[in-house]
Amino acid sequence: MKRSQNKRWIFGVMGMGVLLVSIFLSLSYGSESVGIDKVIDAIRGINLQDYDTSIVRSRIPRVIFGVIAGAALSVSGLMMQSVTRNPIADPSILGINTGASLFVVCGMSFFNITEGNQYILLAFIGAFITAIMVYGLASLGSSGPTPIKLALSGTAASISLQSLVNTVMLPNSRVMDQFRFWQIGSIGGATTEDIILILPYFVLGFILALILSSHLNTLALGDETATSLGINVTRVRILASLSGVILCASTTALAGPIAFIGLMVPHMVRVFVGSDLKKLIPASVVCGASLLIIADLIGRVLGSPGEIESGIITAIIGAPIFIFIVRKVKVSSL
Amino acid sequence: MIYDGFKKRKKRYILTSIVLLIVLLALVIFSMCYGNTVYSIKTVVETLMGDTTSRASFTIINLRLPRMIAGVFCGFAFGIAGNTFQKLLGNPLASPDIIGVTSGSSVAAVFGILFLNLSSVSVSILSVISGLLVATIIFLLSKKGGYSNSRLILIGIGMQAFLNAMISWMILKASEYDVSGALRWLSGSLNGVGIEDVIILVLVVIPISIVIISLRDGLDVLQLGSSHALTLGLNVNINRVLMIILSQLLIAFSTVTTGPIASVAFLSGPIASKISGRGSSNMLTSGLTGAILVMGADLIGQYAFSVRYPVGVITGILGAPYLIFLLMRYSKKGV
Repeated sequence: MKRSQNKRWIFGVMGMGVLLVSIFLSLSYGSESVGIDKVIDAIRGINLQDYDTSIVRSRIPRVIFGVIAGAALSVSGLMMQSVTRNPIADPSILGINTGASLFVVCGMSFFNITEGNQYILLAFIGAFITAIMVYGLASLGSSGPTPIKLALSGTAASISLQSLVNTVMLPNSRVMDQFRFWQIGSIGGATTEDIILILPYFVLGFILALILSSHLNTLALGDETATSLGINVTRVRILASLSGVILCASTTALAGPIAFIGLMVPHMVRVFVGSDLKKLIPASVVCGASLLIIADLIGRVLGSPGEIESGIITAIIGAPIFIFIVRKVKVSSL
Repeated sequence: MIYDGFKKRKKRYILTSIVLLIVLLALVIFSMCYGNTVYSIKTVVETLMGDTTSRASFTIINLRLPRMIAGVFCGFAFGIAGNTFQKLLGNPLASPDIIGVTSGSSVAAVFGILFLNLSSVSVSILSVISGLLVATIIFLLSKKGGYSNSRLILIGIGMQAFLNAMISWMILKASEYDVSGALRWLSGSLNGVGIEDVIILVLVVIPISIVIISLRDGLDVLQLGSSHALTLGLNVNINRVLMIILSQLLIAFSTVTTGPIASVAFLSGPIASKISGRGSSNMLTSGLTGAILVMGADLIGQYAFSVRYPVGVITGILGAPYLIFLLMRYSKKGV
């Protein structure tokens, strides 16, 4: 008992340390690298007219959004995995991104939308509808949403929606040009206004996840046990799914598709803090935030002078981990 | 009695094949004659026989003929390859476009086209190699602790995510002009197929299809399940590997010519077994169905709307409802 508590403390401190270091690096590194002293100046809000400090300040929204998005995606993945008892639940596997893409591209071509908050609203609706559809499709039948059913439903949705996206996009080269940057996930485009706009959804999702955590812990003991302990199993499931969908839909709305964060982080964190959701949620927040910031940083280092979008980096890191998890799971439970 | 049933099924199979062939022929003739200018069958035949004097000759020989051949042969190849995968893995959802094998070819093709400026022959070779490599990796990874189809499909989906990320990255890196071409190619299109691409395609598709169709007896036994096939003395692994390699070759060469035409590999097999019965492995009928799908969808994409759509967009939309239907049935049945 004592030892595992120590392990958790060490993990917590190390996690925070990694997060802080990656935030600093992310603020200072870029096509124009800046010294640490200027970063500290910028955070404290002094020497604002200095050129380097203003560079750092322009990077702040990106980093803040990276922290929020990484945390939201991880908690979203954690919720989905807890609800389905399914190790591979993740927004990208569920095809949610493509749903968001379809709505955005329709808005661009048919209604000529150009404003950020309109994109966000459309993407949110699209992601939400897709999530519910895919989830419903996979839950049909007595075995519930098994990994394979969930993954296949998600792939099916992606293929179908992608061809609809192409139908709308291909005749219109203006939309095609605008859209291809949106189709790949990146935290670079977020502005402060966007973040403020979407913040309530994030807060709602996180609070819902925290409130539900003890119920979800009980649920992990099995449906019968949970029911006999007086928990409304269906309601907890629905609310937890809702929290997961809200978190990933709002991230997708701003960042586009960022794959596999929600898949990787809960698995990594579980190794250190065990399976208690009350500890898993904060640990996932820290770990997910650092992972996305680091992915973004790697993208900027490898892609310099430009950047490789973080959505691409997370997919390239995450897909092998996905395969590793699939290999570890027993055949019978697929 | 049993023999009677067998004969009946065989008759139905032959009959279906003939009907499909006639439909395909009609589509072929239509696609050669119809277009911005409509030519009579007589003109088309005369031009094809070598009369290059008429004004029609450029359109027919250089534009419509390669397009038609590419449609027929790619459709045929996708149909047969998809059917092989589905039958081998015993799951209609396990078609190459779903489990990431097609992406394995696409990624090399995109790389070759956008960054190396290779000729189409070199791109074909590159994407054959990369497709085979990806298929091998998927198989090896899914072998751990006993072979499982579910695991293979899941690993394929993971692989696809990885490869698609690479493709997106390359498309973003490339200059804008190439991008619209690459996007069109990625959604599967018969536009701009030249006569020299078509020749390679035909030379590859015909012999491989013949081999696959003649191997199908083994596949019929495999469909009973690997253990039955083993007791009947079939070398399961070698046959499996051979069929997969051959299908992969078909996919790679057709993908290079037209891009990954969505859903054709996935749709052809199930449609073919609906119309010609479940008795045999339906190789020939799947191929013909694939060709009909591509030709039909191309005509729709070309002339049914005010804008011209690449064929893959149309087949993708056709495939979507069926995919969802299949999943609903699959989910209800439980896995």
